[in-house]
Amino acid sequence: MKITKAEVDAVALLARLELTPEETETFTGQMDAILAYVEKLNELDTSGIIPTSHAVPVENAFRADAVRPSIGVENALANAPDRVEGFFRVPKVIE
Amino acid sequence: MNYQAVIGLEVHVQLKTDTKIFCGCSTRFGASPNSQTCPVCLGMPGALPVLNKKVVEFAIRAGLATNCRIAPRSVFARKNYFYPDLPKGYQISQFELPICQNGHLDIEVEGEAKRIGITRIHMEEDAGKLVHSDIPGLGSSSGVDLNRACTPLLEIVSEPDIRSADEAVAYLKKLHQIVVYLGICDGNMEEGSFRCDANVSVMPVGSTTFGTRTETKNVNSFRFVKQAIEYEIERQIELIEEGGKVVQETRLFDPNTGETRSMRGKEEAHDYRYFPDPDLVPLVISNDWVADVALSLPELPEARRTRYRSELGLSDYDAEVLTATREMAEFYEQTLEKAKQVAVGFNNKFQEYKKSNPSANLLDFGQHLFAKSAANWVMGEVTRALNEAGKSIAECPVTPPRLAELLALIEKGTISGKIAKTVFDEMWSSDKTPEAIVEEKGLVQVSDTGAIEKIIDEIMAANMGQVEEFRVGKEKVFGFFVGQVMRASKGKANPAVVNELLMKKLKGE
Repeated sequence: MKITKAEVDAVALLARLELTPEETETFTGQMDAILAYVEKLNELDTSGIIPTSHAVPVENAFRADAVRPSIGVENALANAPDRVEGFFRVPKVIE
Repeated sequence: MNYQAVIGLEVHVQLKTDTKIFCGCSTRFGASPNSQTCPVCLGMPGALPVLNKKVVEFAIRAGLATNCRIAPRSVFARKNYFYPDLPKGYQISQFELPICQNGHLDIEVEGEAKRIGITRIHMEEDAGKLVHSDIPGLGSSSGVDLNRACTPLLEIVSEPDIRSADEAVAYLKKLHQIVVYLGICDGNMEEGSFRCDANVSVMPVGSTTFGTRTETKNVNSFRFVKQAIEYEIERQIELIEEGGKVVQETRLFDPNTGETRSMRGKEEAHDYRYFPDPDLVPLVISNDWVADVALSLPELPEARRTRYRSELGLSDYDAEVLTATREMAEFYEQTLEKAKQVAVGFNNKFQEYKKSNPSANLLDFGQHLFAKSAANWVMGEVTRALNEAGKSIAECPVTPPRLAELLALIEKGTISGKIAKTVFDEMWSSDKTPEAIVEEKGLVQVSDTGAIEKIIDEIMAANMGQVEEFRVGKEKVFGFFVGQVMRASKGKANPAVVNELLMKKLKGE
């Protein structure tokens, strides 16, 4: 096994997913199969190859430090489930 | 048992760009909530971040000024966690390949020099702001303002080389001075432009294994950093002495009590699952780019201080004060630059100077002539007047060229240093040249020996008692006579001439 049920539960918690015991069981099996498949890549000798962080060979995409208009408070909040006085309203965060 | 503290600092420096790190929204402070947002900084699906080139330039500047190696290739990464001030569910930062590494700063505490290593500097975006009170109708919820989201930050991480709260403060002050000098940060700590997380642990003296550390977050003044670290050191020692164990955790400093307290709850399994951000392409920095930025760096405070001491002959103290801010140092240098050009008017003194400095030219001599007086004026009258008016040196109504003209008038003996202060006050509120003011107010210094002798004779005649005292050895009354003569001349008598003549006459020569 490449992955345990406990690890799947830990990842689910980090992603804020609630899984039933059956789901945990299912996903553990599926993720195990995925990891086993990807494991094949380890058979390749990759010493001397720079780790690839991007699939496309592009580098240095910049913009100039010039202000562009923002979209306005109304647009910014248009999809907000709840709002108050120009703020997004969220459940109380205890600091 | 005796304990040794081990401290490492993470400093967040907010960069002084006009726009955010990955979008064109303004970074201006104090705008109404959520008015400076767009799909990128709101974390809308499908929006594409594009890197602000100026942020990279500023990061290179910071790296060069702190002796770092600039990475030829660096990569942005996603740091994944959930919090309401983080719209995307991840923060774009750098992880495995930061832009700068392996630097250091040299600090001095109580006369002892010490080198503090800098592990890395990386670029990242700031989060939004949470508001828990003062919003009408907020009730028992929190408000989120995303204007600050995506504001460019540098995180500067030190090695755990710091051993006391005082060293930590010295390091922070030096770093603060550098980023402000570099023009990459406004340095405003109250508004959070320069804030610090302190990692603190303790171990028995002589041990080589570090203890478990705590991280105290977001301390935003030098005084608070000192308090927070001192409190944390003491707390950990007490805990260990009582047989307890330090828990690795995040703590919050409370400025009202001077204490730190646990922030458990926000903690919860720190597993950020960093991975390269596919939206942002790798950053490749050429040697040419680094060289260009290096050329554009201003002279840093340390180099300036050394130059002020060796080239200008200023004291450690003067050099320290004048280089405290870049604006102050530039004001001083501009004043000196202008003043030394009038050195041509002091040929006798120049010939004298050349005897001991044969290779000196006229400008070298001018620099020698005015270095100290310009320093005294900038640190003295100029600073005093600015403080009284609540102005910064950039707003000083007396410009460096005008101040230089005033210094020249003193050096020439046209006015005394005392009268010059009156002229300076007049220059502060009017646009007139010091020469015009001196002429207008009839302030020209009297160096004519005949006129001064006449005043001295009158004063001596009116104060025969004191003359006798002087003659029987009470030399203290000399000061009394100087004061009287200066007053009678309305401050215009040349003090050097007064001293010389007075001494002669009192001694009855």
